[in-house]
Amino acid sequence: MKTIHEPLVQVRDLRVRFVSKDATVHAVNGIDFDLDSHETLCVLGESGSGKSVMLRSLMRLNPPNKTVISGTLRVNGQDLVTATERQLSDLRGRVVSMIFQEPMTALDPVFKIGRQIAETIIRHEGISRAEADKRALDLLELVQIPSAKERLNAYPFEMSGGLRQRAMIAIALACKPKLLLADEPTTALDATVQIQILLLLRKLQKELGMGVIFVTHDLGVAGEIADRIAVMYAGRFIEEGPTRELMRSPLHPYTQGLLGATVHPGMRGSRLITIPGAPPNLEHLNEGCAFAPRCSKSQPICLNQTPNATQTSPGRSACCVLLAHAA
Amino acid sequence: MLCTLSSCGISYKFINENFPVIFYLLRRILYTIPIALGVSLICFMLVHIAPGDPINAIAPPDAPLDVVAQLKHDYGLDKPLPVQFSIWLIRVAQGDLGHSLVTGRSVWEELKDAIGNTLRLSLVAATIGFFLGSVFGATAAAFRGTWIDRTLVALAVTGVSLPHYWLGMVLVVIFAVLLNILPAMGAGPGGMTWIWDWEHMQFLILPALTLSAIPMGIITRTVRGIVVEVLNQDFVTTLRGKGLLKSHIFNHVLKNVAPSASAVMGLQLGYLMGGSILVETVFSWPGTGLLLNNAIFQRDIPMLQGTILVLAMLFVSLNLIVDLIQTTLDPRIKRS
Repeated sequence: MKTIHEPLVQVRDLRVRFVSKDATVHAVNGIDFDLDSHETLCVLGESGSGKSVMLRSLMRLNPPNKTVISGTLRVNGQDLVTATERQLSDLRGRVVSMIFQEPMTALDPVFKIGRQIAETIIRHEGISRAEADKRALDLLELVQIPSAKERLNAYPFEMSGGLRQRAMIAIALACKPKLLLADEPTTALDATVQIQILLLLRKLQKELGMGVIFVTHDLGVAGEIADRIAVMYAGRFIEEGPTRELMRSPLHPYTQGLLGATVHPGMRGSRLITIPGAPPNLEHLNEGCAFAPRCSKSQPICLNQTPNATQTSPGRSACCVLLAHAA
Repeated sequence: MLCTLSSCGISYKFINENFPVIFYLLRRILYTIPIALGVSLICFMLVHIAPGDPINAIAPPDAPLDVVAQLKHDYGLDKPLPVQFSIWLIRVAQGDLGHSLVTGRSVWEELKDAIGNTLRLSLVAATIGFFLGSVFGATAAAFRGTWIDRTLVALAVTGVSLPHYWLGMVLVVIFAVLLNILPAMGAGPGGMTWIWDWEHMQFLILPALTLSAIPMGIITRTVRGIVVEVLNQDFVTTLRGKGLLKSHIFNHVLKNVAPSASAVMGLQLGYLMGGSILVETVFSWPGTGLLLNNAIFQRDIPMLQGTILVLAMLFVSLNLIVDLIQTTLDPRIKRS
């Protein structure tokens, strides 16, 4: 008995903590969202906002022995919070795949590219080595690697950063996943290569009809690729909305600050506005709004009460008391 | 960007086709000549700096002075040192390592059997040490931070810290004296030819175990270090993210660990061959170590020079083999 329409990804009150002897880090502190296939969600945040941890928890890839996860986390109808390690490894690479930030270190240096693609296919589809090699070649062509046939036998160190990231994408797409997670996949690349990779990802997403969650700290990248943007701060989504509207009229003071700190054409000569202070320490989270200590519009109530999401229009919401009062 | 890439591709092929391994080998073999010269010269000087005289070992203490002088002249020991060294060098270049001052036998004849015995002992010891070291090291890395890790590391430190000769004597006391199940010395029940049967192999057990303690410890710590480093690398997360099972990931880790681990193992094997003097002496194992020990005490200069030269050559060629193995194991070296 399946519900009529279950989204590809369903996240409710997701919380992730890292527990060690010395400290407990509250990396993700209650996140809710849905994602349909064909849809691209961009998660925007500074380093240390918990965005990578959130992304990795969508395939339970955080270090198993010290991660505590709670809430609801369903991908493709499967509950990931209660899944066994074996079920998870069947899911990883087949239903959910990930592209990592550093194509330099995320590939095994002593295995040929072709082999690294083929082994994923063999693992999940149990086909022969020869067939898997053929599929690997098709994949390299799909991600537009020139002279793909020779690259099958290349080692990662023999390829440029851009080509390596394309190979990484080929690995991620090897088994036609339903959900593609991208962890800052263009951050380590040159600007020109960044654009190429983004265009490629967008094209592939359309062709394969995947749901994509894209984590970045780069507003430009987010504007380029996202249908929806979620802004993350201290382990929560503090604002969410369709890309264009969120970029045009940000609701949350933090989002306003982020947009104000970005260079636009036609700003020459004017001073960039920066957000004072630093992101909060996730080991000790205070009561109240996590952004309040840095917020220019903060009020006494901000320090006592954690604001809930306020919906301003369909699909647009933000967590700020100012909005709650206005509404 | 694509242009430079393909030209890179061409250039590494170019290097590979025009400078194949044979040239590399030739160059490395040429390097051994200055090494051999240097080792021989230093050894020759050390023998002559040390007090004592080879003649004292041959002639009785009360021999008349003119007899001693005659002996010195016969053996060429009255000539200036540079001349003595040159004469030895010219003979060696012709393939003649000379004769022992003490036994009068050909140095090469004595060395031949000794090298066989030393190789046998050090290879068996290395196999034990490397196997245990790899298993212990990989296990410790897989369970790092737990009591298993701490126990294995403690074992490794113990293995490295125990003096060879002391461990040898303790093993002799336990297994040969108290339990009386293994022989304490020698390399076989008699006769010089070695056979791989129990009769002979029981003589090998105690010295090989003794000799394997240090490489066991060193390899445990090395392998643990390398495996921990590899496990912390990003690509292991990628492998997990691809849904690979533990056994597949182990394969990847193994192939990443192999090049550096084999380099350390090769060096250790070299030390075992050259450094088994004490163990061979404790167990009277008739290898190069025992030969060296006797030659040192008897000031048997040709024997000493010959043995050290041959050991040095063994060490150098072993290093060359290790380099070649490492080249085949690591594509990053092979193709650059």
